[in-house]
Amino acid sequence: MTALDTPVTGAPGSVGTSRAAGGGLGRYLLVRFLLIFPTVFILVTLVFILMRASGDPITASVGGRLPAAQLQERIHTAGYDRPILIQYFEYLGQVATGDFGRTLTDNRAITEVLVTYGTATLELAVYALVVAFAVGIPLGMLAAYIRDRWGDAVLRVFAILCYATPVFFAGLLLKLVFAVQLGLLPVYGRASVASELQMQLLPSPTGIYLIDAMQTGDPAVLQDVLRHAVLPAIALGLLTGGVFLRLVRTNVIGTLGTDYVTSARSRGVGEFRLVRTHAYRPALVPIITVIGLQVALLLGGAVLTETTFEWKGLGFQLTHYLQARDFVAVQGIVVLLAVIVAVTNFVVDVIAALIDPRVRY
Amino acid sequence: MAAPIDRRRLIDRIPVVHQVRQSVGVQRFMLVAGLVLTAIFVLAAILAPVLAPYGYSQLRDSNGSFGAQQPPGGEHLLGTTSGGYDVLARVIWGSQTALLVIVVAVALSIVAGVALGLVSGYFGGWIDRILVVVADAIYAFPTLLLAIVMAIVISGGQSSLFGGVFAAAISLTVVYIPQYFRVIRAETVRIKGEAFVESARVIGASTSRVMFRHVLRNATRTLPLIFTLNSSEAILTLAGLGFLGFGIEPSSAAEWGYDLNKSISDVTSGIWWTSLFPGLAIVFVVLGITLVGESLNDLADPRLRGRRSVAAASGLVGETSVVPGGVLSAPGGIDGLERAR
Repeated sequence: MTALDTPVTGAPGSVGTSRAAGGGLGRYLLVRFLLIFPTVFILVTLVFILMRASGDPITASVGGRLPAAQLQERIHTAGYDRPILIQYFEYLGQVATGDFGRTLTDNRAITEVLVTYGTATLELAVYALVVAFAVGIPLGMLAAYIRDRWGDAVLRVFAILCYATPVFFAGLLLKLVFAVQLGLLPVYGRASVASELQMQLLPSPTGIYLIDAMQTGDPAVLQDVLRHAVLPAIALGLLTGGVFLRLVRTNVIGTLGTDYVTSARSRGVGEFRLVRTHAYRPALVPIITVIGLQVALLLGGAVLTETTFEWKGLGFQLTHYLQARDFVAVQGIVVLLAVIVAVTNFVVDVIAALIDPRVRY
Repeated sequence: MAAPIDRRRLIDRIPVVHQVRQSVGVQRFMLVAGLVLTAIFVLAAILAPVLAPYGYSQLRDSNGSFGAQQPPGGEHLLGTTSGGYDVLARVIWGSQTALLVIVVAVALSIVAGVALGLVSGYFGGWIDRILVVVADAIYAFPTLLLAIVMAIVISGGQSSLFGGVFAAAISLTVVYIPQYFRVIRAETVRIKGEAFVESARVIGASTSRVMFRHVLRNATRTLPLIFTLNSSEAILTLAGLGFLGFGIEPSSAAEWGYDLNKSISDVTSGIWWTSLFPGLAIVFVVLGITLVGESLNDLADPRLRGRRSVAAASGLVGETSVVPGGVLSAPGGIDGLERAR
């Protein structure tokens, strides 16, 4: 279930031929890299077929609001009345050259939407990962240390709760308690209007507010940006943090049963030290692998978190286009996210292969 | 391992009962707690017409209109929503929608996933390769996004009573088929190399008999685990869809995600009851089902089982792990099934 066995031919041993062939790191990386293309190709095709199966985007968007003749004309201008195969190959060509189309409602290039809003999503995802690591790794080690006792059960239930709580509900609860009842933190947005204005005046704003805020050199702006980030980061981070906690616990317990740990134990090494130094490191490899899978979870969660907190990122835009029934935009963003997931999985596999030689076979 | 002949007593062979008896201490507590929560959920869904004080789309009774955003207490135990519905009624009726969607989605994806996995794993060849690549591509994709695309396809983003439930269920089906496919395929590939399958073939059993009688029967042991984990994920995805505005309209059914979406603005003005209760309903149901799934998973994995009970069932069940982010390294998990043997 790891990202590792995602590819068929590349997944070592899953097919049987590649294992015999052996090959070093270079070969593994090459095969793994080439496998991005079929994955992306399949997803692009799938999304295209599915979206077209529901009719042409223009009818979906403005159908019923325009007279039939005018509607036909717009469909014709956009080329949606041509054979589906021609449209498909044209679309493939566009995607191959990095053109994901233009939105119907506000006629912006999808790539432009990505650049404008992608940074916000990236920022949120990074914050969330920080929270997830901060929660998942220490608590997971603790749970492995006190395994099969009540504290362990409490931690495991906590992990399941993190996973069982929909991010938007967690977000709403956090908002209710910390923003509305206690008034400690802002209710929504990425920054207050004043700070946003100040950051827009920068000569070269990155779109990543943390960096922009540092560029302004105004501690008030930095504080404002950070205060806005706390609740969304916790809401999204706990989701992933719960998975990390479980993963660390399971893997540390797994390594605690290995021979070298037993021998260390027999030499009189304390149980805490065993967890801390002996069992913890090998347990990290699968975590790095799983981050690849978490990217998909994070992106899905980001869509919901951004909607909850009006965090103006890709997910927020996606919801906006969904509600406006602009399916060209939806298709563009979804395909783009698919590419991001495929590429991240590749990067994660490379890192895993560099760390753990067994992965390469 | 020869053809496994199960010589346990009948009571030990009933799936969940066996695990409850096998478990000890904390493990048993978690399993039982999960079972209780799940049972409450199923009962609430079935008995919704009896339990719910009002209908899910009821706005008024003999005393007149309910009024919007009434605080909990009095006639409305959990208050009313911004749309003027009774929160308790919507929470209870919501369990029915959730259960319906789970049952339809999981049933469809098991049938499709198992059939594809069995054929793919048994015959191999280029069909197998294509199916694996497609399944892996879908599997790597964010569940919610795929469900959104499917919801657009099926209902055009619109939602009616049956349309809404079915759109959600089929959206989820597409997402979950790859999971069943992967597990069944991996098991099939493993089992078809076993001696008893070969013997059956040598005797002259037909392909379909070998496939269904010898392979499939032995390949299904991990299904209950994926089933529970998928159900909990199905609820979350359904709620996510509802939250993004693909929910089922309040006039056709009650859906927790939709109610949460409508409560975003309530939260800002400090109205807590419209979001808290549907949200808690989701949390408890997912928690219950996940506890069951995790406990089954841990009990099936000798390395995770409490040491005292290792002897009880080892040999009958191998290591399996289908928890999202479960046992991924080391010999175990689906990896282990696919590779080592």
